[in-house]
Amino acid sequence: MKTAQALPPRLLDAGESGLVVEFGDAIDEQVNREVIALADALDALPLAGIREVVPTYRSLLVLFDPLVLSRETLRARVLALWPPRADGRQSHGTRHGIWHVPVAYGGEHGVDLDHVARLHGLSTREVVDLHSGAEYRVYMIGFAPGFAYLGGLNEAIHTSRRTDPRLKTPPRSVSIGGRQAAVSPPLEIPSGWHLLGQTPVRSYDPARAERPFLFAAGDTIRFTPIPHAEYAALCRAAEAGEIVAEWEPA
Amino acid sequence: MGACLVVDRPGLFSSLQDFGRFGYQRFGISASGAMDSLAMQAANLLVGNERGEATVELTMLGLSAVVEGGPLRLALAGADMALTINGTAAEGWSAHRLAPGDRIAIGAARQGMRAYLAIAGGLDIAPTLGSLSTHSRSTIGGIDGRALRTGDRLPARGESAGPRLALPAPYRPRGEGPIRVVLGPQDDFFTPEGIATFLSARYRVSDKVDRMGAQLEGPAIAHAGGFNIVSDGIMNGSIQVPGNGRPLILLADRQTTGGYPKIATVIGPDLWRLGQARPGDEFAFAAVTAEAAVLAAVEHERRIAAMAARMIELASAGAALSSERLLAHNLVSGVCSALDPLSEP
Repeated sequence: MKTAQALPPRLLDAGESGLVVEFGDAIDEQVNREVIALADALDALPLAGIREVVPTYRSLLVLFDPLVLSRETLRARVLALWPPRADGRQSHGTRHGIWHVPVAYGGEHGVDLDHVARLHGLSTREVVDLHSGAEYRVYMIGFAPGFAYLGGLNEAIHTSRRTDPRLKTPPRSVSIGGRQAAVSPPLEIPSGWHLLGQTPVRSYDPARAERPFLFAAGDTIRFTPIPHAEYAALCRAAEAGEIVAEWEPA
Repeated sequence: MGACLVVDRPGLFSSLQDFGRFGYQRFGISASGAMDSLAMQAANLLVGNERGEATVELTMLGLSAVVEGGPLRLALAGADMALTINGTAAEGWSAHRLAPGDRIAIGAARQGMRAYLAIAGGLDIAPTLGSLSTHSRSTIGGIDGRALRTGDRLPARGESAGPRLALPAPYRPRGEGPIRVVLGPQDDFFTPEGIATFLSARYRVSDKVDRMGAQLEGPAIAHAGGFNIVSDGIMNGSIQVPGNGRPLILLADRQTTGGYPKIATVIGPDLWRLGQARPGDEFAFAAVTAEAAVLAAVEHERRIAAMAARMIELASAGAALSSERLLAHNLVSGVCSALDPLSEP
């Protein structure tokens, strides 16, 4: 793993309308902070011609209209922004914050909890404590709408992916794969990760017009175990448009 | 009630598409949008719409529908699909006026893959996250985030008045020569031989081709080392090469991030050709610099403007062919092809 602080980013062409700003080649918190800080800084600029920016683990994809914004101007602006200020400001006027996400662990909500516990010689209670006791960083949203890739999983429950991925997993699953964790959107996505629980929180809901997405890259997530008996009522509230996760400023 | 098209046979996969939905890829939603945006723009221009109005994208087999509530003007452009109005053959690349009770039926594509049905004035349907483009995997856009079904109603926003334009055959888009790409962003994951293979071989479109991407068949491309990268953003036209060495071109409905190295990116002006690719079609790839790709994008815009300028007004009762238009199209002098920007690759 390289130490990214000292190195300016690599700028790579992606066709005539994409520029990849690469800060590193590994999953690393500091690298990811730089990616998101640059995304936020570009969002804060009025720079005509940028269509959108896509922050991921270790690089930022900038999509732009080359007939409005030249590659040279864009490259110069990106390099002038480096190193970016990591002040946590987000484009939507909000700041990156901490989400408290309720989870119904095990049973029908997390069919792999027992398996993961057995694999590590732990009780299911201990797995739940380890999983809900950690603080996670949203490295990126990708693969499916609102699917959050999280770093920060306790080493004691790092678990290789399933050898046979499932073609469908329950909506809003809370899962782990390798040294990562994830929260699924309310969609039945394919996944080879281990399902520990299910949240009533809808990370993506196009019907929630004022807030179709909850989590953004750079946010922090903490999981709160809830009794299975409370799950259904929270789901109903979430379907009615309530955001059933608590948010606090970082 | 205004005019409306009521679907009575939805076709194979008919979905509403415009230029796409921008700003949400960071939340896991790719832009989607018309797979052949050149044909989509042509269809819109034929009925006097803004170029980016939402149209119905038809795939392989078109829909049939009945007009209700009032007169409509519409046009079909793109893949060569047989169009009939009340059972009588009608021209593609041409606007048509329809009255309540009229029925259009669009058949199977004889050439190409996708055609676009534009309705004058656009569709009176609320956009989702700024666009009408349907992304069925995210269940957004179009009607309930899905392909059209029997019984769906497509209400027209505008009126049916306006000229009947047509685009003569010589000026319709033609795709010739190799698909142009800019190498990278991860071409350093491949050996020089691997890149030479990619740029010299012909690749065939497999039957795994849809709005998400096109899996190609052909000589395997050699990686220099591993074939896993830490997942990063994927754009329309990114060419991933997984461990089997076979290129996969990611398209409008692609997943937003991916973990295979991307050898090259198809330039924007050539993406429409992939939207018309059928299983079995063959392509070669040619590398151009990013600077040349920008020039190609400028040329592509000129080509769309030229296409608009070449549209002729069809004579109909009470409508004379304007001499201004005839001049604009060089029909009077008969000189049109030598410097025709449409003949550029």
